[in-house]
Amino acid sequence: MQPTPTTERSPGQPALASLFSRASGRLKGAGPVIALILLCIAGALLNPDFATVDNLMNVLTRTAFIGIIAVGMTFVIASGGIDLSVGSMAALIAGVMIVAMNALALGTSPPSPLATVVLGIALALAFGAVAGGAHGFLVTHGRIEPFIVTLGTLGIFRAVLTWLSDGGAITLDYNLSETYGPVYYQSLLGIPIPVWIFALVAVAGVVILNRTPFGQHVQAIGSNEQVARYASIRVDRVKTLTYLLLGVCVAIATILYVPRLGSATPTTGILWELEAIAAVVVGGTSLKGGSGRIMGTVIGAILLSVIGNILNLTSIISVYLNAAVQGVVIITVAYLQRGRR
Amino acid sequence: MHLLNKITVACLLAGAGHALAAPPAAAQPVTLGVAIPTATHGFTGGIVWWANQAKKELEAAHPGLKVIVKTAGSTPEQANQVQDLLVVNKMNALVILPLESASLTQPVAQVKNKGVYVTVVDRGLSSPSAQNAYVAGDNTAFGRLPAEYLAKKLNGKGNIVVLRGMPSTIDNERVNAFNAEIAKHPGIKVLDAKYGNWNRDDAFKVTQDYLTRFKAIDAVWAADDDMAIGALKAIEQAKRTDIKEVFGGAGAKFAVKKVIDGDKLIQANVSYSPKFIYDAIKMTANARLKGETLPAKTIIPSVLITRANASQFYYPNSPY
Repeated sequence: MQPTPTTERSPGQPALASLFSRASGRLKGAGPVIALILLCIAGALLNPDFATVDNLMNVLTRTAFIGIIAVGMTFVIASGGIDLSVGSMAALIAGVMIVAMNALALGTSPPSPLATVVLGIALALAFGAVAGGAHGFLVTHGRIEPFIVTLGTLGIFRAVLTWLSDGGAITLDYNLSETYGPVYYQSLLGIPIPVWIFALVAVAGVVILNRTPFGQHVQAIGSNEQVARYASIRVDRVKTLTYLLLGVCVAIATILYVPRLGSATPTTGILWELEAIAAVVVGGTSLKGGSGRIMGTVIGAILLSVIGNILNLTSIISVYLNAAVQGVVIITVAYLQRGRR
Repeated sequence: MHLLNKITVACLLAGAGHALAAPPAAAQPVTLGVAIPTATHGFTGGIVWWANQAKKELEAAHPGLKVIVKTAGSTPEQANQVQDLLVVNKMNALVILPLESASLTQPVAQVKNKGVYVTVVDRGLSSPSAQNAYVAGDNTAFGRLPAEYLAKKLNGKGNIVVLRGMPSTIDNERVNAFNAEIAKHPGIKVLDAKYGNWNRDDAFKVTQDYLTRFKAIDAVWAADDDMAIGALKAIEQAKRTDIKEVFGGAGAKFAVKKVIDGDKLIQANVSYSPKFIYDAIKMTANARLKGETLPAKTIIPSVLITRANASQFYYPNSPY
């Protein structure tokens, strides 16, 4: 079901040639890592502040949102699906969560700020799971292309948020921001909390995708859905679960995002879906499905943030061309990966 | 008795109206179409709110007037709406805030050629012959006033970083005016100008990177109140105390509130209120009801907002 690895040694092949092909196979898999290392060297040469711990932490923290979503997205793409709605979903979860927390805080006999924040977080997780589950249900039982389902909800989620906010901003109550703020701004052992959560989500992703039957089933379905059905894999259930998992990842990302600015606006999360999909593909997961690479996705997400960071730290290239530089790097890394398709 | 008289008079009048068919000298019916962008961020949210506010007030005041507000998310959608307003709603006056100048010039010109009175707001069209009147905010002053204010506040000496909006003619006009004014003060240096895309998140990231890169910054020209929020959060997180002012722009209510309250970093603002759509709709409706025309060009001035005059620019009910 999985694509045959290029490093497999065929009988009678000379040892040296085998070693060679093994090395080149590994090189292809290491494309994003090499690109990231090259970019970091370039960044450090262009601006000495690039290599400071503070900058590193800034980059990793801002990667956390896209990175966490991209980990969930890896499951969906590995199973042969896609989700275009994650940016709008994040924005709506942020909006709903803030509205609910404000209502609790301003109502009669309000709970303590801490309890309010905990309730808000629980609501976000529930919302993400339900929205993701609904995607999965429409894709499997509704038999609608995932592209269309999530294109539809992309519009729905953002429109509802715009309506909720009257086109302006939904802002978290000041006292609640004080309580909630540390979730984004606080550090543990010198590492910001969002980075810890990102790492935990990534590790969980690796374990689930590579070490559980569920993960194997996801990749089997993405590789060949018919064969997976004959192998009596419960295809619909597994697919629905991938969307649900992604919804929960979006909720986790949003929970970290809300305390940053304490507000949701109609521009929140715009184009996050494309950044997340780019991170997954740059990381070596095929858009056609079949094999997912969580660590590749993590590297891919960091890579995308690093490009933006370097462009901000230097002013050699016209600001009009920023997007072009990002595009060139994405295509180059994909080129380094080409042997894997 | 009294009532009977009234009914008789009313019947007579109604009959006369039918017979004569000539409209009374006062109100001629006006159907006013309003085509504006969808609320995708704070400023356009304000545009939509103010347009509906004008509709509510005008329709209550003039029974012969119908105001139809349409919002569009893209240029083709807006072009279709303008067409529908003419064909379906039979509008005879149009107030439009075009999403894009060049691509909407033709659709608007066609409507005007069919006899619709056209007022264009804010973003202009490529050809002035497609419009009867133009109402806009002052983008040059939007860039010049903060430069003057910051130069004065820093006593002609210091480092400024700039957040730009989205790559567009409006943004260029503002930034050019800002730079031209700053150039008069050789002691002030603009360290860099990057795009924050009128977006809080992007402004947060760009400011974080500015703070990493420059050890001494005296002021941030955030050039928009949404971006000012992102900048403020980044400064707060980095615990930097060298920055004396974060200058946003456009007079969002939270920013004006901060000016009123005497915030440490946001002490001034420049007006560029989405309220100009309200002014444009009212001006057009009132003129058309009387059969008059508007001046070819009306510029709503951008004014420096400080603590002294801030309360005049504070609209707590608007979303923006």
